[in-house]
Amino acid sequence: MAETKDVIAEIVGIEPGSALAQVVAGRADIMALTQQTHDGALMPETPGGLSHAERAALACRIAKINNESAFEAHFEALMDRAGASDATARIADIWFDGGGDARLKALIRHVDLVAHAPKDATRRDIELLREAGIAEPDIVRLAELVAFVSYQIRVAAGLRLMRGLA
Amino acid sequence: MSRIVHEFTTDIPVWKPYVKPLDLAEASPEQLEALKITPSNTKVSDYVLVLAHDVETLKHRTPLFNGVMYNKGGLSRAEREIGAVGASIVNRCIYCAAVHAGRYNQLTKDEAVIDAIFADGVDAEIEPRLKAILDFSVKLSKCPQDADEADMQALADAGLAKDEILDLILSTALFGWANRLMHTLGEPIAG
Repeated sequence: MAETKDVIAEIVGIEPGSALAQVVAGRADIMALTQQTHDGALMPETPGGLSHAERAALACRIAKINNESAFEAHFEALMDRAGASDATARIADIWFDGGGDARLKALIRHVDLVAHAPKDATRRDIELLREAGIAEPDIVRLAELVAFVSYQIRVAAGLRLMRGLA
Repeated sequence: MSRIVHEFTTDIPVWKPYVKPLDLAEASPEQLEALKITPSNTKVSDYVLVLAHDVETLKHRTPLFNGVMYNKGGLSRAEREIGAVGASIVNRCIYCAAVHAGRYNQLTKDEAVIDAIFADGVDAEIEPRLKAILDFSVKLSKCPQDADEADMQALADAGLAKDEILDLILSTALFGWANRLMHTLGEPIAG
């Protein structure tokens, strides 16, 4: 069930034995915890009201918002692995706003807001999720998913820049 | 009378959740384990009780957070706090900014840097090394691809070693995560 690889190392292209690999090895505990949180956010044992396929599709959307094609491909692979239906896969389409499905519409609206401009989020945004029938624990699961993926993408972006240092 | 705080401050507000915190009486064994609840330790903040609704991320998040901010070596604890403050300013997380600006002040016994950052943001007149740290943190927080080779080089030119740069990336990114929880799941009320 859990991923055993290191998604960030793969996406950044950290070559074993390289100078960057040595620096990152100094924080091996953090990188391992990052991967474990990735698995907990994307493929939890108890997914609650957000299926693995929906989580992967929403994460794919966040990757697109951040213009991160390598993460986009990674989350697409997770969508395939979770057997995402065509309807669920559509969540990853940045031009799709949920259409006539009130629950999907609320999820997508919230993910787009928090990924792109968390500063603009207010109490009302949580109320909108609740009004769309999203349960309290699922509101927190959704927040952790967007928050974690936003972190993971930033760690990778920083490491990619470090690769260019002399 | 409760007043929502909208301006950056080092007076730590009270965080009031929009989401119902977990009721400890209904907590699962896994939730209690992640919360480190024992008969002698039953004090848990509302913030952590809210996050306990998603125990599969919380159980890794707590040690990850402590490692990024407090582990040995690398970037000084105070400079890691500047990474946290830069992110919190971009994301307007008043609560996180207050806590971590306050920690910076405690660690350095100096309030001038935070006063300048709260007043002028990225235009703050602070020493070049702190300026490079703040600039990088703000750019990585806004949009990861806003940070470029020149910003990375500026960190190296300001004297940051590679292990210090890695710690800055981690503390900045960590607050991209923390701000998206703290600022979206509740609000800061004047204490």
